[in-house]
Amino acid sequence: MMLHVIDRDGKEHDLEAIEGWRVMEIIRDYAMTDASLAIKAECGGSLSCGTCHVYVDPAWLPKLAPPTDEETDRLAESAFELEDNSRLSCQILMSDKLDGLKVTIAPGTEP
Amino acid sequence: MTTAHKTDVIIIGAGPVGLFAVFELGLLDMKAHLIDILDRPGGQCAELYPEKPIYDIPALPVVSGHELTERLMEQIKPFNPVFHFSQMAEQVEKTEHGLRVTTDAGTVIEAKALVIAAGGGSFMPKKPPIKGIEVYEGKSVFYAVRKRDAFKGRHLVIAGGGDSALDWTLNLQPVAKSITLLHRRDDFRAAPHSVQQMRDLVSAGKLKLVISNLTGVAGNDNGQLSHVTVTNADKTTSDIPCDMLLAFYGLTMKLGPLGAICEKLGVEMKDGLIPVDTEKFETMVPGIFAIGDINWYPGKLKLILSGFHEAALMAQRTFRYVYPERKWRFEYTTSSSNLQEKLGVK
Ligand SMILES: Cc1cc2nc3c(=O)[nH]c(=O)nc-3n(C[C@H](O)[C@H](O)[C@H](O)COP(=O)(O)OP(=O)(O)OC[C@H]3O[C@@H](n4cnc5c(N)ncnc54)[C@H](O)[C@@H]3O)c2cc1C
Ligand code: FES
Repeated sequence: MMLHVIDRDGKEHDLEAIEGWRVMEIIRDYAMTDASLAIKAECGGSLSCGTCHVYVDPAWLPKLAPPTDEETDRLAESAFELEDNSRLSCQILMSDKLDGLKVTIAPGTEP
Repeated sequence: MTTAHKTDVIIIGAGPVGLFAVFELGLLDMKAHLIDILDRPGGQCAELYPEKPIYDIPALPVVSGHELTERLMEQIKPFNPVFHFSQMAEQVEKTEHGLRVTTDAGTVIEAKALVIAAGGGSFMPKKPPIKGIEVYEGKSVFYAVRKRDAFKGRHLVIAGGGDSALDWTLNLQPVAKSITLLHRRDDFRAAPHSVQQMRDLVSAGKLKLVISNLTGVAGNDNGQLSHVTVTNADKTTSDIPCDMLLAFYGLTMKLGPLGAICEKLGVEMKDGLIPVDTEKFETMVPGIFAIGDINWYPGKLKLILSGFHEAALMAQRTFRYVYPERKWRFEYTTSSSNLQEKLGVK
């Protein structure tokens, strides 16, 4: 199962994703060996920081479960440079349906 | 020079691990002063997840971040720790008999040992990723209010939608020449009565409310702002003239002055963490300890549980610095009337 992540310099990385893991966790796992993927994700997925912000490739947006109110609030309060395809990567769970998902790491998530 | 506080041990960081360290030190008759840049105890538990449940604190099947902090405060009460909140530990020097810590507020504390329980670093204001904003920071762009007077008679833009943004809008409104409150959406997470007060001021024409995104700043080379630029939902932009910008986008953890402190003391850091031994949790420099999320050793887990254990072992060694003449004795709180007296239960 693949996850494609575009880093802050515009370079695309192909990550092997694991079913049931959050996109944030997969990025963080790879960041341990590749600093260009470093993402702060300060609150570890508890929706209290907004530092796991990504832009989802528009083609993939309809396949994602829509954001909860809590996620929408957190994005509005804490993330920077919001776009219509902004999501918090700690709220996206990898599954078969998302094999090939493509996201771009947003500004304001630097560790 | 201000007179220095004197104590046995200084703890940098009042997160759960710094708090429990007070207990372990107290059982061995050592008094502590704690410094934290936050305005309250609890560290990450207080700032990042006060309402969220924690399930892996031994013997507490479930406890929220807030409740854990409250309980720790209750547990350490018999030892009367002294807290220096809203202050950054900025400098540490060795002295003849121990160490001296100075905060950014000018507080000076002297002690025989230092415990660094700085967790993931200091909680500091989040800065918006706006190009060139650094030029204005500290001159006309601020992320906190130090002196209310600095904003007197100024045209202010306040950005943010939480309690800090609303509280300072209400607080500065009487002294500022004008205030524009800027928030991304017309929905405020602050205390309802502050939101109501803010809306009343807007209706009375005493406050301008703009719903848009802060995307640019402009001014002269000396750091004086002339206006900020906002981008609306439909991608159109507009400028808001102002002398000063106050941006409140929440807090984030940054290593802060700790890097420089460690370097000066000769405490080696590794990827922003402080290596310690697992016998005493002491750094390479005698008398300086590191416990909780800030330390590193083989097998380290960033768990509250591990930090508590580290605090207990740290205290045994600290005792030798504080009371070199006294004999160390191992006792249980269950059976020692000596310990029970200290805890005020005897
Ligand atoms: C969302 C989330 C959920 C978690 N869930 C769990 C869980 O279920 N179980 C578990 O065991 N752990 C959990 N953790 C981890 C746990 O919160 C940390 O391990 C714990 O907070 C570490 O405590 P600490 O006292 O070492 O540091 P912190 O809690 O980080 O506190 C350090 C304090 O030091 C202050 N500080 C640092 N430098 C300075 C300075 N120079 N001057 C002044 N102040 C300074 C900081 O402002 C901060 O308040 C979770 C963490 C998060 C973010
Ligand atoms: S990691 Fe904090 S909101 Fe996602």
